[in-house]
Amino acid sequence: MTATTASSAPTWTSMTRSRLVVELREFLRSREQMVFIFFFPMMLLVLFGSVFGGQEIAPGVTFAAYFLPGMVASGILNTGFQSLAMSIAIDRDEDVLKRIHGTPLPPTAFFAAKVAQVLIVSVVQVAALVAIGVVMYDATLPSGSGWWTFTWVFLLGTAASTTLGIAMSSLLRNAKAGSAIITPIVLFLQFTSGVFLVYTQIPTFLQHVAAIFPLKWLAQGMRSVFLPESFESAEVNGSWQHPATAIVLTIWVIVGLVLAVRTFRWTRHDDN
Amino acid sequence: MTEPAISIAGLHKHYGDLHAVDGIDLEIPRGEVFALLGPNGAGKSTTVEILEGFRKRTAGDVTVLGSDPQHAPRHWRTRVGVMLQGTSEHGALTAAESLRYAASLYPDPRDVDETLAAVGLTEKAGAKPATLSGGQRRRLDVALAVIGRPELVFLDEPTTGFDPEARRQFWTLIDSLRGDGSTILLTTHYLDEADHLADRIGIIAAGRMVALDTPAGLRSRASAARVTWTEGGAKRVEETATPTALLRDLLARHDGEIPGLEVVHPSLEDVYLQLIDHAASAAPETEEASA
Repeated sequence: MTATTASSAPTWTSMTRSRLVVELREFLRSREQMVFIFFFPMMLLVLFGSVFGGQEIAPGVTFAAYFLPGMVASGILNTGFQSLAMSIAIDRDEDVLKRIHGTPLPPTAFFAAKVAQVLIVSVVQVAALVAIGVVMYDATLPSGSGWWTFTWVFLLGTAASTTLGIAMSSLLRNAKAGSAIITPIVLFLQFTSGVFLVYTQIPTFLQHVAAIFPLKWLAQGMRSVFLPESFESAEVNGSWQHPATAIVLTIWVIVGLVLAVRTFRWTRHDDN
Repeated sequence: MTEPAISIAGLHKHYGDLHAVDGIDLEIPRGEVFALLGPNGAGKSTTVEILEGFRKRTAGDVTVLGSDPQHAPRHWRTRVGVMLQGTSEHGALTAAESLRYAASLYPDPRDVDETLAAVGLTEKAGAKPATLSGGQRRRLDVALAVIGRPELVFLDEPTTGFDPEARRQFWTLIDSLRGDGSTILLTTHYLDEADHLADRIGIIAAGRMVALDTPAGLRSRASAARVTWTEGGAKRVEETATPTALLRDLLARHDGEIPGLEVVHPSLEDVYLQLIDHAASAAPETEEASA
């Protein structure tokens, strides 16, 4: 090997970047991903907005603006959990993961690219949702410390969704049946976690069930960012519960990470 | 380097009671094109996937380019090209994009456009897998397997499902690869394919190597004739490399006609089928194991 070839040898960073480009292309060129993952929360937000028109839930807060935090939380769940669980399960079923593992791409670079792809898509998606909320439904942007809260809730929520999505992909042994498993889970969480319905208006036992899972905390965290302070007293505990939100989401990140690492396979379950 | 590209000793792979690979020994020197030939379910792909590092073995020693594939470092992957069995028609990348991405993972990759040309896909550079034919997808798979300029290439049933015309074209492609000194291990269940492409052929059946020889060596077995006749009211069969000598003997013992006399030269295919049948009827000790 000459010095020139050695210096052009791919590094971890260059391989991660290459893989990220592939991941982004695959996401952008997939109609399913773009419609059901990327645009879906926006379509729902606009749908809610047109159903309830300009009605206000409280002075200065339209229904659509009230639903915005839920849609932001939901988008994070879609892009991390739902999208990754489905796409990795399909890639495993189709031997795409096996092919990837047969190349020099380090596994850590593969996962870093997946995480970066989720982050990029989520940032654009959330930005678009917030822009729609602000322009069409008079939602207000967070101020000062609100951005800090937004940042940590967004990052912890994305991290939990991503690790749980990777872990969930291992449970979907038949990828074709995957959406029949994932969609009900996501819908159940959305209905019970204060995304489609006001959290305080659902039965208490469902509130308790939802409080086990991350979406409820993610939605609550986003409400604390996008809704006026006066809404804090309307929460179940009369508080945004930031410390509890941070703790529950962090636990889920750790649970997701452990499950993902322990269950991840490059090959099909029947392939050993 | 004199170290072989692949060496296998006492390889076993069991799935419960099924012995998919049941004691294989094999050494493949560098630069050789080796074909593992055998019927479906013989253990070809299991063996190859163990060598590729995708499957764990039950027992035996395996060294591929100096490493145990099960514990090979990531860098080992830069020296090995893998074409899996089967292909996916999904995928959002065009042929050229897939190759450019793959090339970015290797220290000294081939030129993307030249590789596309070598596999005859220049005109399909902008096409996605869904719009390629089965044969074109397999050619793209070959391109992906060799883009990193590997020292060793695995091709697992590269032409299964091809029509004869596509198979011929594919052989030309493989012939062009042997020129650059890489070692190629391919599996196939087509005898003519192994005969055409390989320097040596290992015939595998029921998880065992039942023959290991050059195509010419296998053909020379085919030149052994089977002489059939009836003597003392019983049918006699003898296989011999010198049928004329046997006939001279028989003539000496018979006045006039030799009843039921037949001299048959089996084809290479007959030799192959016979080896396979032998293994299937499960004689525990195989006479040709690891010649």
